[in-house]
Amino acid sequence: MISNPVKKYDVVIIGGGPAGLSAGIYAARGRQSTLLIEKGAVGGQIINAELVENYPGFADGISGIDLTQTMHRQATKFGLETLYAEVTAIEVNGKQKTVKTSDGDFIAGAIIITGGAERQKLGVPGEGQYTGKGVSYCATCDGAFFRNKKVVVVGGGNVAVTEALELTRFASKVTVIHRRNELRATKIVQEKAFANPKIEFLWDSAVEAITGNDFVKKITVANLKTGKKSVMDVDGVFVSVGSQPATGYLKGILTLDVNGAIIVNDRLETSVPGIFAAGDIRSGSIRQVVPAAGDGAVAAINAGKHISE
Amino acid sequence: MSKPVEIEEAKFDETVLKSKTPVLVDFWAPWCGPCRMVAPLVDELAGEYAGKVSFFKVNVDNNHKVAEKYHVMSIPTLILFKDGKPMTNIVGFKPKAELKKSLDNAL
Repeated sequence: MISNPVKKYDVVIIGGGPAGLSAGIYAARGRQSTLLIEKGAVGGQIINAELVENYPGFADGISGIDLTQTMHRQATKFGLETLYAEVTAIEVNGKQKTVKTSDGDFIAGAIIITGGAERQKLGVPGEGQYTGKGVSYCATCDGAFFRNKKVVVVGGGNVAVTEALELTRFASKVTVIHRRNELRATKIVQEKAFANPKIEFLWDSAVEAITGNDFVKKITVANLKTGKKSVMDVDGVFVSVGSQPATGYLKGILTLDVNGAIIVNDRLETSVPGIFAAGDIRSGSIRQVVPAAGDGAVAAINAGKHISE
Repeated sequence: MSKPVEIEEAKFDETVLKSKTPVLVDFWAPWCGPCRMVAPLVDELAGEYAGKVSFFKVNVDNNHKVAEKYHVMSIPTLILFKDGKPMTNIVGFKPKAELKKSLDNAL
């Protein structure tokens, strides 16, 4: 039996969002042989953002996809290699670290995990059945299909409220349904939402079921304080109830916090020396593009130090 | 390598529904990030399935009637047509292996 030689890299980065791309720029420019492994396409969660307004250097904003495609081009220019495959496991054997993927195994001097977070689902009856038929996870993509229709946004964070604002361009009415009686979104986003006459808020409430015929027609909403249930006529349900770190394959290898995020020290090194974590996947992340990119740089510099030690 | 061809809805019946070979239609729009992510994968599939499946793209911005007809309410949506009938609906960004699986199952 002929076995394929296992390829070796100084740095293997798992995940192609802003943290991974920034780590790629730093590691490749630092003359480390660097492989980035991405299971889908590069960009991460931010590709759903129509306009990123707070990335320094872009005074007029930039779309999430343009921002990350530029980062990828920048990293590739310095020699970053990209593999489209899914990581199935990380094996640690003394100092040797192996990244196993659907497309072969790779030995790494250091590993930087930047797998980010996955959007959480509501987990209510009807959600799966009506996905693409009124239930959506991307307002930027699907807003235009709801021209002059009534929609709800479930969630109260930055993404949820920004999406509610985007939806007012098309929908006749946007109701934000939130479990608490105040928003988590930043003040500037809140101010815009409160000032928009098309946006209404349903506080202390949760969606319990989504029903319809071929398409979404109604939702059942429960008031969490009174327990009272009501039925609302809607055409669209935009789900934005946060995200979950994508660390399923890392249990038992790295120390995770109660939410499943990777615990790191101030060098962004995990419980295993030579394995680093950056961006939304690490414990304590504030889940923004700017710090994610910053994390990537910090992790790449410390990964370089680990290799030369 | 064959690449997906952009078509307008006026030509939809003639090019897609009356096609002798199965047709994959990529409903997309320029402002949709996941659509731009899935585009290179669809390009690759067009090469790999050349001769077996024809590939077309419909920009829903200019062609909302046909999008509505096939109940496209979320993009990207990929629909495989066989003998003029929609066989499978792939909604949202999916990795290439998953796209191939859905396509093979429907062919």
